[in-house]
Amino acid sequence: MTRYDKLLYFIRLHHTGLTVCAFSALLLLYPLVQDNPYTLGLSNLVAIHVIIVLGLNLFIGYTGQISLGHAAFFGLGAYGTAIGTVTFELAPWPTLVGVAALVALVALIIGIPTLRLSGHYLAMATLGCNSVVHTVMLQWDEVTGGSSGFAGIPPLAIGAFAFDDEVRFHYLVWTIALISLLLCLNLVRSGVGRGLAAVAGDETAAEALGVNTRRSKINVFVLSAVLASVAGSLFAHCYSYVSPDSFNIFVSTDLVIMVVVGGMGSIWGSLFGATFITLLPEWIDIFDAYKDLVHGGVLVLVLMFLPQGFVTGLVDLIKTRSALRRSRHATS
Amino acid sequence: MLHLDGVSKQFGGLPALSEVSFSVPRGQLTALIGPNGAGKSTLINCITGVLQPTSGAVRLEGEEITSLPSHAIARCGVARTFQNLKLFERLTVLDNVLTGLTVEGGNSMMMAMLRLPYLRHRERRLKLRALEALDHFGLSDKAQWPASVMAYGDKKRLELARATVSQPQLLLLDEPVAGLNATETEAVACQLRRLRRAGQTLLLVEHDMELVMKLADQVVVLDSGCVIACGTPDEVQCNPRVLEAYLGRMDATA
Repeated sequence: MTRYDKLLYFIRLHHTGLTVCAFSALLLLYPLVQDNPYTLGLSNLVAIHVIIVLGLNLFIGYTGQISLGHAAFFGLGAYGTAIGTVTFELAPWPTLVGVAALVALVALIIGIPTLRLSGHYLAMATLGCNSVVHTVMLQWDEVTGGSSGFAGIPPLAIGAFAFDDEVRFHYLVWTIALISLLLCLNLVRSGVGRGLAAVAGDETAAEALGVNTRRSKINVFVLSAVLASVAGSLFAHCYSYVSPDSFNIFVSTDLVIMVVVGGMGSIWGSLFGATFITLLPEWIDIFDAYKDLVHGGVLVLVLMFLPQGFVTGLVDLIKTRSALRRSRHATS
Repeated sequence: MLHLDGVSKQFGGLPALSEVSFSVPRGQLTALIGPNGAGKSTLINCITGVLQPTSGAVRLEGEEITSLPSHAIARCGVARTFQNLKLFERLTVLDNVLTGLTVEGGNSMMMAMLRLPYLRHRERRLKLRALEALDHFGLSDKAQWPASVMAYGDKKRLELARATVSQPQLLLLDEPVAGLNATETEAVACQLRRLRRAGQTLLLVEHDMELVMKLADQVVVLDSGCVIACGTPDEVQCNPRVLEAYLGRMDATA
């Protein structure tokens, strides 16, 4: 083996780790190049969306289920943090963890009955949950501040170092996003992850291979809810203000659009989807009033031409093409 | 190894299986045959827990597995293939085989997410075993293909590879050569012989009589949900009730 071969082999063996390293390095250097607070604020919002979409992609893309209610968990995380840190004056970090644990419990309670459903019924059930949570946020004035929202959430801090400007928050939120990314990448490359893919492929076959389909679905649902809750807490700390409208059902559909556009069952696709849909309104700000229309249009286009989503669809296409080409070579 | 004791299954009031009893001895190939609609697939589904039998008991090594869910039965070491392929089309060929090792891949999501070194080593071992299984079925050059682009015959073999890779105690094959041509059938027959020689216990549901008579140690004939004959291939072939089930009553046309 020459040195060049060895290098190629090393790259192929560790391609996932190397890509993550390269991506981390890019993010580390980004604030040095880009110091416009507005742009950094946007990329921080992208990171928050990435955290949710990663979990949601595990649930929708990998496990083949559907949820139109993840904005509820996002909202519960945000309001949990708001109430915990302001009303009860608890420390932010323990609140973040505690709220995530509570949201996990809520997801478990919701998931056990609703995940018996599938397809449209599951979509309706999760949509309903989101409506309930949104209505509670809107109506329970004394606790949530009602439609005027909840202000005055303190920034996260380590010791005296507060993550209170865009650059500092950039490092915090992207670190958490990268950790989530790593955890998800690890999960899908394990036996458990293949079990999830099997559930998406065919539940009878998955059961026949020893996958407890019911428990797998609930586990992933809870995991995705926890990620959404953490993202919600970060969202609350980032803007120090939350209002019910950030967590209504249209946010849920936007999250699903991010998953679909990025690619069903593609972890890297989640990054693309979250970035693309978050930044889309910026590029076409003249369409601001028609945002939902544009998102719907993008969704329709993607579903028509690459039903597995943008990144996954392209990757699948390339894989299939190259396999077919090789088989033609082999026969000729 | 596998004992069926008076297994019955009714869909509504319609009996699909009535009082089916036979056993599958260890290390042998038992074939289950019968005309269309005899209840063969229903029986397989009852054994693997996809359907719950209305009454009766299924025992594996003396342990009752009748009321266990499908995944628990799989964890007892019962693997199967499906009549109409159930491959995971979007996964690669290699990943499809690896799903056959799900039981050994660990089931803690936390551990999987942390990917500790022991898990990494286990993944590598499982991958080697999967590649070995692919090699046995002559598919190793297509390991990185998505399963969806494979030819039908290759898919059939891939499903066999997925079912055998975990070295199950009992392997249930639901029509492994249906829709294959003569050469492909012969290739599958070779594989079955190899498994049988390696001491694999097999229950084979098949319509291809030539294949069944060549390979089976024991043949069980099912008709309208009842076992009408059970014995060696030669005995079964001469059994008048079997001939009647397949060819119709002789004196009716005479």
